[in-house]
Amino acid sequence: MTVSIGRRGAIAAAGAAAMPVAASAQGADPRRGGTLVTLGATTRHVNPAIQSGTPAGIPGTQIFASPLRFDDKWNPQPYLAERWELAADGKSLTLHLVKGAVFHDGAPITSADVAFSIGVIQKNHPFKTMLEPVETVETPDAQTAIIRMARAHPAILLAMSPALCPILPKHVFGDGRDILTHPANTAPVGSGPYRLTEFKPGESITLERFDRFFIPGRPYLDKIIMRIIADPPTQLLAMERQEVVYSSFVTTVRDAERLAKQPHIQIIDKGFEGIGALNWLAFNTARKPLDDKRVRQALAYLADRPRMLRVLQGGKVPQALTPLHPGSALYTTEVNHFEYDLKKAEALLDEAGLKKGADGTRFKITIDPIPGTVEATTGIAEFLRGQFKRAGVELELRVAPDFPTWAQRVAGQEFDLAIDAVFNWGDPVIGVHRTYLSRNIRKGVIWSNTQSYSNPKVDALLDAAASEPDPVKRKALYKEFQQVVVDDVPILFLHPFPYTQAAHKGLKGLPTSIWGPMSPWDEMYWDAADRR
Amino acid sequence: MNAASWLLRRLIHAAGLLLAVLVLNFVLIHAAPGDPAVVIAGEMGGASTEVMDKIRADYGLDQTLPVQLLRYLGRVVGGDLGHSFYFNRPVASLVAERMGATALLVVSAILTAFVLGTWLGILAARRPRGLAAQLVAVFSVAGFAAPVFWTGMMLLLLFASTLPIFPVSGMEDVGRPKLGFAHAIDVAHHLVLPAMTLALVYIAQYSRQSRAGMLAALAADYIRTARAKGLGEGRVVYRHALRNALIPVITIAGLQFGQVLAGAVLVETVYSWPGLGRLAYESILRRDSPTLLGILLGSALMVILANLATDAAYRLADPRMRGA
Repeated sequence: MTVSIGRRGAIAAAGAAAMPVAASAQGADPRRGGTLVTLGATTRHVNPAIQSGTPAGIPGTQIFASPLRFDDKWNPQPYLAERWELAADGKSLTLHLVKGAVFHDGAPITSADVAFSIGVIQKNHPFKTMLEPVETVETPDAQTAIIRMARAHPAILLAMSPALCPILPKHVFGDGRDILTHPANTAPVGSGPYRLTEFKPGESITLERFDRFFIPGRPYLDKIIMRIIADPPTQLLAMERQEVVYSSFVTTVRDAERLAKQPHIQIIDKGFEGIGALNWLAFNTARKPLDDKRVRQALAYLADRPRMLRVLQGGKVPQALTPLHPGSALYTTEVNHFEYDLKKAEALLDEAGLKKGADGTRFKITIDPIPGTVEATTGIAEFLRGQFKRAGVELELRVAPDFPTWAQRVAGQEFDLAIDAVFNWGDPVIGVHRTYLSRNIRKGVIWSNTQSYSNPKVDALLDAAASEPDPVKRKALYKEFQQVVVDDVPILFLHPFPYTQAAHKGLKGLPTSIWGPMSPWDEMYWDAADRR
Repeated sequence: MNAASWLLRRLIHAAGLLLAVLVLNFVLIHAAPGDPAVVIAGEMGGASTEVMDKIRADYGLDQTLPVQLLRYLGRVVGGDLGHSFYFNRPVASLVAERMGATALLVVSAILTAFVLGTWLGILAARRPRGLAAQLVAVFSVAGFAAPVFWTGMMLLLLFASTLPIFPVSGMEDVGRPKLGFAHAIDVAHHLVLPAMTLALVYIAQYSRQSRAGMLAALAADYIRTARAKGLGEGRVVYRHALRNALIPVITIAGLQFGQVLAGAVLVETVYSWPGLGRLAYESILRRDSPTLLGILLGSALMVILANLATDAAYRLADPRMRGA
């Protein structure tokens, strides 16, 4: 027996149903034409099948289509798959591809391409848990792909998202060459709304409308130019001067407020729930005295995160409480909030045998902030230094000049505390488990369990939740997971990143689904009066 | 010494210098903390140890440093600058694509600095106690003191934001045709702020240098003789005094070519100028040592050529040097 959760009918109808959400809500008819100049980021290539992250993901989701896309309420929507069925036991997903869809070179998109792409992603994408249970992909006909899994895998639908499951042409990428260094990674033949026409590494990426895109009438824009401007103040000036008219990731409240003062700019705070970016303080639980849970809890009580956010973010950014982003449907607030309590912190440190010395110091530790904006990195470290000192804990700030230096320390587990920015990636199986599973303690691998955190109960909860098809039971498992991890404090969660999108007011149909800018921009269009 | 033997001797020196630059740069870059495989894995969103081992093996990073150095030198001698770890492209093509933009920026900055600096120096030297001389002195101190990136941001705020005369970033307007006179004007329009940013510190320096040179020259006997013979002041200053006063300025300009290139890293980053400086910045951030070594080799080559040109200009400006 299967449970159908797809929409019946042709993709044209599905597209027509989806399109007005963005367009009609703004009281205008989408019109074709115009060029969008947006900020891009330096990337090695534009193939999201073999790497995560926004620099490749944003252009990649324009170039490649995926089986499904999502709305702003976490509901899957038809894309290359016009409908789909997830088996009641959760062990197979059948995708029915839209008929007549073609790649940018005119070759038809078939189930063989879907099977090939899933194989490539399973083997090469860094998120190993994302498609781990997939055993085979059957292709009974050119339009049907059946993904068979060893166990129920509730994350499979989110794993079909644009940034996570780009459909690659087998006839291009399946030529036997190493996929990690394949020349088509920088000159791809895609399946999405735009085709790549120029890739200048570190400089710009140019995309043009693919006229044979499988959703009739889409996309609306003629051309997208992603300009890479390395200097953040110059990025802001370029937005203000309208040299760039769209920034899909404004990273600080300060920048968003500055841009909002421009009469031609609109700020959109939707579209970042899927990515789920969190800023956190990681503890190396393999090092003394941080191997003692009481010490970590004491530091959590000292941190005073609400005050930290008032001081550094003007109180405009909420506090993060758990490993899950507050935008996740699985998020809970029923955890220890570790409200500031100096007495409790001192009692815990005394209990752990870390008494104050003659100079008032209990112990010294270091902190390594990831290179980034002051308010999310070194500012936090400076704030914590003052907080920890109140209880006699000396914090030494080690500022890394760049990401490689920081990454070497953290991946090599040569740190005490580290401030890090990590994404949830939709389902916890995809982006959360990697940080807490004890089997993912891998020295030298960044964004693995670099905290060396090991709790058999957490391992069991995560394994159970990964294959629990019942949403209610799954939510309960993740609730318990959050409670245990928050109490163990391998990580102290600081805040979700206050990402926003900034766009010229003449731009309509902006991507506000859970994946926001990492979803196809086929609904974006210029208001007639502002078109350029 | 005749010109041919002088040139041959300088070329032999240049080859030895290039080899030393290559070896030193290689050792220094590899001494910096940070593993390119971790950087690539970081951008991938994490990677298994197997993938990281494969990256190291693909790029020869699993070999000892001396082996890597010997392999690298062998490739360079064969005309191959290697393959970028990060951009996954031949370094030679990456460098060649950006060489033109940097050459345009650096040459424009040096010429601007040379012409304006010299002119200001003459202005200050002709009336050493006048208002112009005082203003030039103040400007020189300020020009020296201001860091390039700060100057860049200030010029951007002033001339691209408050008075929106010049574009904020890039080398050309996107979407415009890239041919013809209109394109040249567009590039020149984008060039003004980056070139001025880079030039300002050198304008300050050259103005001081040429002022000192002019003051010395104007006090010399042959100038007094020239004036006594009834030559006009313009002819005395520009034909006789300036020629001698320029020699130290030319020397400094040539020697500073390397510094100007270093300044270009910051200027190109602030203005998103698509040249070698920006590529160097990206390469440093990503520990892309083949690309960085390629850029440094290109820079060293440009510096050596600039020094050669300086020496040639020196010989041209001062006939006494032709015997050296």
